[in-house]
Amino acid sequence: MSRQTALSGIHQASGATFTDFAGWQMPLRYGSELAEHHAVRNAAGLFDLSHMGEIEVVGPQAAALLDHALVGQISAVAVTKAKYTMICQEDGGILDDLIVYRLEDDRYMVVANASNAEVVLDALRERSAGFDAEVQDRRDDWALVAIQGPQASAILADLTDADLPALKYYAILETKVAGRPARLARTGYTGEDGFEVFCDPADAPAIWEALADAGRERGLIPAGLACRDSLRLEAAMPLYGNELSTATTPYAAGLGRVVKLDKPGGFVGRDALAAVADQPVERVRVGLRPEGRRAPRHGYAVIDPTSGDTVGEITSGAPSPTLGHPIAMAYVDLALAEPGTRLEVDVRGTRVAAEVVPLPFYSRSR
Amino acid sequence: MSIPADLKYTSDHEWIRLDGDVATVGITAFAADALGDVVYVDLPQAGSAIASGDPCGEVESTKSVSDLYAPVTGEVAEVNAEVVDDPSLVNAEPFARGWLFRVKVEGDLGELLDADAYAAVVESA
Repeated sequence: MSRQTALSGIHQASGATFTDFAGWQMPLRYGSELAEHHAVRNAAGLFDLSHMGEIEVVGPQAAALLDHALVGQISAVAVTKAKYTMICQEDGGILDDLIVYRLEDDRYMVVANASNAEVVLDALRERSAGFDAEVQDRRDDWALVAIQGPQASAILADLTDADLPALKYYAILETKVAGRPARLARTGYTGEDGFEVFCDPADAPAIWEALADAGRERGLIPAGLACRDSLRLEAAMPLYGNELSTATTPYAAGLGRVVKLDKPGGFVGRDALAAVADQPVERVRVGLRPEGRRAPRHGYAVIDPTSGDTVGEITSGAPSPTLGHPIAMAYVDLALAEPGTRLEVDVRGTRVAAEVVPLPFYSRSR
Repeated sequence: MSIPADLKYTSDHEWIRLDGDVATVGITAFAADALGDVVYVDLPQAGSAIASGDPCGEVESTKSVSDLYAPVTGEVAEVNAEVVDDPSLVNAEPFARGWLFRVKVEGDLGELLDADAYAAVVESA
């Protein structure tokens, strides 16, 4: 039996279709996932992300512990700011991608993917040996509601006294939303402006309903995981299990910028990552624009049309609701990764021509 | 979930309406709902021969793709151009304007389910 979030009753009353995801019963869509996708691009969408894994790292050496455990320089993150980072194995393979929020000098909130939260907790605890800092499993203490889209800020402004224009991308503050205490962060996974509201699960229904009511006239609708996936794909944001895995390093994923090799004291995975940092990777993450209407999907082979050899693999692909044609991300041989390169994808037994294109497929106008 | 009593069905969630020796084929409301918003249908060419049980096309949503299987053997007589242009008809009217193709049936119909038998398939899905 999978876990329900504090908002399950509301989702059921809204007629949501559910899916099992990482041990949670999560809303897949409420009505049309295309309508939900377009609402987030053009107005706003409301997401229940309570399955995400909140971990707090607390103590005088919290920063030092995270510098040791993660690939980024977490000690350099200012209080009230956040950083996108990764936790790697000794061999450089990615255990998870994370957002780390610095709440206080000696208190951080690490948000892990639901499917990896246990692994991240275990790794952080193991890596905390010798540090004066505590790793706390706070998953049960927080629900997470996200409001994403160009209207998100205007809708939220009705429900909080927080200075939203001053809350920059990748920043967090403690405030009240709909009169309930919350940690409000300007982060998301859709390629749009938006906010994530961490709150007490007991307060989640009130916050959800208040946001839904305040947003209705501005086009906000509840949005499920189906559109979250198509939104993040258009924005070329990696998904653990698709683009990221223990078999991949941050460099191959095109995310080498998150690795701070020269931070003082080293970190878990540093030697392995340093060894490959200046080496050409074998395969690298690219965007593909397939011809026609049929979308390549996760796991399909990418083929060099000249030699007929398999030169890569699709990690995510779908018909893009915003662009109106199929898009895909893939790992392909470095020599064939230049934008403009002509490749083919085996789409369920038929070879479909596809061109390497720059990522992201979609970026919002600012 | 609507399962019209006057149609025949397959366990692959397709429906068949027989008029003389011409079978009109579509996917059921249950299948359309499970797929989500259909954004593309890949249908067999008019004039092509299809054999019962063989894959003959695809129905694709943003989230997933599902093979179409020929529910009967015969020659494709007509393809629904309207649904090719506007695949959302598969979700909106799966048993009406969302029909996919018509087949001139050759030989026996084979084993098709009636509405009650198909309802049992849906129940157990």
